[in-house]
Amino acid sequence: MKSWMKSAALGSLCLLPAFAMAAGALEGDVQKQATNWTAIIMFLLFVSGTLYITYWAARRTQSASDFYTGGGGITGFQNGLAIAGDYMSAASFLGISAMVFEKGYDGLIYSMGFLVGWPIILFLVAERLRNLGKFTFADVASYRLQQTPVRTFAATGTLVVVALYLIAQMVGAGKLIQLLFGLNYSTAVILVGVLMVMYVMFGGMLATTWVQIIKAVILLSGATFMAFMVMASVGFSPETLFQKATEVHAKGLAIMSPGKADPIDSISLGLALMFGTAGLPHILMRFFTVSNAKEARKSVFYATGFIGYFYILTFIIGFGAIVLVLNQPAFMETIVKDGKPLTQLLGGNNMAAIHLSHAVGGDLFYGFISAVAFATILAVVAGLTLSGASAVSHDLYASVIKKGKANEKDEMRVSKLTTLALGIIAIVLGLVFEKQNIAFMVGLAFSIAASANFPVLFLSMFWKGLTTRGAVIGGAIGLVSAVVMIILGPAVWVDVMGHAKGSAPFPYKNPALFSMSLAFFFTWLFSVLDTSKAAEEEKAKFDAQFVRSMTGIGASGASKH
Amino acid sequence: MNEDILKRVQANPKFAELVQKRSSLGWLLSIVMLAIYYGFILVLAFSPATLGASLSGGVTTVGIPVGIFIIVSAFVLTGIYVRKANTEFDQLNQQIVEEAKQ
Repeated sequence: MKSWMKSAALGSLCLLPAFAMAAGALEGDVQKQATNWTAIIMFLLFVSGTLYITYWAARRTQSASDFYTGGGGITGFQNGLAIAGDYMSAASFLGISAMVFEKGYDGLIYSMGFLVGWPIILFLVAERLRNLGKFTFADVASYRLQQTPVRTFAATGTLVVVALYLIAQMVGAGKLIQLLFGLNYSTAVILVGVLMVMYVMFGGMLATTWVQIIKAVILLSGATFMAFMVMASVGFSPETLFQKATEVHAKGLAIMSPGKADPIDSISLGLALMFGTAGLPHILMRFFTVSNAKEARKSVFYATGFIGYFYILTFIIGFGAIVLVLNQPAFMETIVKDGKPLTQLLGGNNMAAIHLSHAVGGDLFYGFISAVAFATILAVVAGLTLSGASAVSHDLYASVIKKGKANEKDEMRVSKLTTLALGIIAIVLGLVFEKQNIAFMVGLAFSIAASANFPVLFLSMFWKGLTTRGAVIGGAIGLVSAVVMIILGPAVWVDVMGHAKGSAPFPYKNPALFSMSLAFFFTWLFSVLDTSKAAEEEKAKFDAQFVRSMTGIGASGASKH
Repeated sequence: MNEDILKRVQANPKFAELVQKRSSLGWLLSIVMLAIYYGFILVLAFSPATLGASLSGGVTTVGIPVGIFIIVSAFVLTGIYVRKANTEFDQLNQQIVEEAKQ
């Protein structure tokens, strides 16, 4: 009986939604470590640098356009780095390298899913988005539809995605900082909340973008150095690296092959990753920071390059950690889990990349990478907050409540107050969810983005027949079904609510295949059934929208900068 | 955008050409990317041993170069589109915009 329970526990541990680990949340229990002064000093350097940028950006952030889009004067290359930065969260750096460290090849499979959405965004979405929109993706979705219902829906979709993502990041930040800096969980969460509010409230999009760019550059440099040192240690022979790794890893040769996966779940996950990316509000918002469609295209090209390069680095780093960190007494600890002793990496598997930095670069580089990991969280939460604030001030306040007649000063005031409110909410939720299992949250965020935001955005640009009724009802069905399927699925039903394994009413971890199909189907159905006069007018406006989306005639251009 | 400009753009054969060229390239490349990725997912789901086979006798498996290939292909495909769009499509677009203003 006991051994059965042990294997069941082990099994459920292996099934821990790796998806969420890769994208957002840092999982597992962590212990507070000794105060790490090198890391703290490096982090303080980063913070003072970024606060100086915020001060600089604050003087340039006068209008609403400055606040939402940094004045629209960001170049394609800079924006590519910022987009890559949004994507290279601490959890994707530590989480994917930990997955490679733990499972080998399967880690690479996840990174692929995160990457392949980008070309699709470029081919089908990026230019049209830039040509049609101004500040938020709701501008595009509501272009020829009724403002109030569509913007309310889009703002809801945005805020739900932002909230889920923010909680995952805040909890991840708290745990990470306990590990890396030896600070309290609550201190860490408050620190992150205060800094992100300062960046966004004073520096708007300009500061948020530059914080993201700086972070992307230091993260890419640090990861490059680590991968280089790993390859140098094996004479630059991948075969030697893999050979050594399979010799020391408990799973042996199995780390070189894909593990077992359910086909439906794999396809569903692939859809969520691919089309979720095209529905993430904080990513879509970045397309409005460049001056025109050409720069928008270039941003995706650079972003795809940086993200792809980064994932190759994390793969090397994961294998490097197997060879250089695993089984080294200095990096291992024995903890008691469920009454059993368990030998694991000091602080858990998410620390693989961090320990590797110590192994290849000593104390100083270890401090550097720890600081980079913290900086990464900060930059990502700032982007999320800005996107949430834009949804409230631009979509809800200016367009829905004031019917497009808001005065710019008031709109700015609302966006700043919302930023402050979001900061407080994020801190509170970060503290509330400390002990909760939040592994499902990023998965849910991606599924909602793919099932609610993406179908409406996509159809508004590609299908003349879309009507307000179709968009709102179909999108809402996508949102609700994604939430319900996740709750009834193994990620929440079993892992969070503690029901017996295999008892989940919805058998798949990733609902996107189903919730996205439902959203598309009902959006279509309610659009074709809509024979109202308003629907006729909305369809008639498609041609003008199409010409603008193709040629950019009438698109909002770069402002004064 | 006023009605005149809209009508002029729609009547311009270059606009039809731009739409046709841009859409077909966009969809073609999307299908290539989807085929590569979902082809991989299907192999993963139904024949994982194919990816786990040794590449040339050593421990490196076929899956490693395939994975690198998929990552690189995403970058290359975006490069192809951007190159084509920044030269050919933008030139055509420029002409359409100018002709619409006359």
